[in-house]
Amino acid sequence: MNDVPATHSWRRFTPAQRLARFTVYLAIVAAIVTSIQTVEIIPEFLSDAPEQVADLLRRMWPIDVAYYPKGVHAALMETIHIASLGTLLALILALPVGILAAHNVCPFTPVNLVAKLILVSSRSVNSLVWALLFVGIFGPGALAGTLAIAFRSIGFVGKLFGEALEETSRGSIEALAAAGAPWASRLSFGYWPQVKPSFWSIALFRWDINVRESAVLGLVGAGGIGMTLDSALNLFQWNRVATILAAIFFVVILAELAVTFVRKRII
Amino acid sequence: MSAAGTVLSVRHLCKSYRAGQPVLTDVNLEVMIRSITAVIGPSGTGKSTLIRCINRLVEPTSGSIMFEGTDLVRLRRRELREARRRVGMVFQEYNLVERLTVMENLLSGRLGYVSAWKAWRRSFPREDIERAFELLNIVGLEGFADARADSLSGGQRQRVGIARAVMQQPSLLLADEPTSSLDPKTSVEIMQLLTDIARDRGIPVIINMHDVGLARRFADRIIGMAGGCVVFDAVPGLLADDALKKIYGGEDWMH
Repeated sequence: MNDVPATHSWRRFTPAQRLARFTVYLAIVAAIVTSIQTVEIIPEFLSDAPEQVADLLRRMWPIDVAYYPKGVHAALMETIHIASLGTLLALILALPVGILAAHNVCPFTPVNLVAKLILVSSRSVNSLVWALLFVGIFGPGALAGTLAIAFRSIGFVGKLFGEALEETSRGSIEALAAAGAPWASRLSFGYWPQVKPSFWSIALFRWDINVRESAVLGLVGAGGIGMTLDSALNLFQWNRVATILAAIFFVVILAELAVTFVRKRII
Repeated sequence: MSAAGTVLSVRHLCKSYRAGQPVLTDVNLEVMIRSITAVIGPSGTGKSTLIRCINRLVEPTSGSIMFEGTDLVRLRRRELREARRRVGMVFQEYNLVERLTVMENLLSGRLGYVSAWKAWRRSFPREDIERAFELLNIVGLEGFADARADSLSGGQRQRVGIARAVMQQPSLLLADEPTSSLDPKTSVEIMQLLTDIARDRGIPVIINMHDVGLARRFADRIIGMAGGCVVFDAVPGLLADDALKKIYGGEDWMH
């Protein structure tokens, strides 16, 4: 069939689009090459790595289980409290900001922009940096950790919640407006039922992340198991380090199980 | 003011979504009490825009819409909300809140009368709840109060849609292609239900529709629209072939 005269010529992309696609590929390759040069991998250290790992594992074994009740348990509980309380605080703060960020719920572009600015600034700062800030303000301890978790989570929860609001179906809201429902009632009767499952699923997901994030906050003095980990690391008590890592691992798995279980129920 | 018995009086209504491209060009019509008016016309001729201009889901560009002694076009936020409570609306896609129960959807017709806090707590006045149960029986959905709206069939959803609009105790019902998403048998049942309820309560209805047969069967007045204005306005008996030709253009489709 190849000798059919070509009366139509068809190409998926225009020449301009092809050029643009080629440029993007080229940029990706250039970026990879540049980064490898910048990282400066030292071959000796690379070849040495397996030996170092084996050495570390040998020092960590056996796990110091006896250390758990007296040194780890309380700190671990504090970590979970920091994560949970921080998430709760974030939910409360993110709810109004998310609403103000959604253009269909709050049709005032300047307000949307301010809300989005709040969400972006919350997200652009890492939990550890938030923790450093709050340790500076409130001194070391769980309060700084809780606030760090909350402030980092506002951006995450608020952004996803706002996007969920913007994806709601317009029809049912229109029907409520046609019945003369005021804004607050449209929100609670029209928008909320539509976004409720996503809201709780975002909340659970964030709590899950926060359990993991709050475990390291102690490295900068913001309370929780990270502080215990920090001192064990500084004193080269590798058996204790192993105990702490195992405890964190265990809690993260438990959190994962809990989140999966609850999510199945609400959706 | 217009003659006694006039519920709605639309004067020189124009609407353009984009400047210079009017969808409605000078629509004039009066709707009398206890009337069932069907609006027919080709797609894109502004039937839906006309209906939505009446309760200002779409903002009219110019003209006036007199309803219960006020010009709806001039109303501001709060006044508009209060006027909308008196106008029920039924939608093509039902527009229920899918994740709420049938009862909650019915009660949402009362949101204009209940404070947001009470609505959130679901504490509606006893007479609203009584009326909701009564309407559920009338639309043939007794026992469905606690079913979720997304578990219902299309016909059942439209029954909820009608009940929700009637919950408002409106003085005017608007229906925007209420049967276009339904099969022919269900369409007849829904039209029967809508017109029965409206006649029982003396509520005038304006219904947009595509189905000329259904319009003839259920309406007592037919308005034909073409090119953004009214080109036919009479009782169904007078809707002859020449009128249909004027409304839809051409004639091949009729035979």
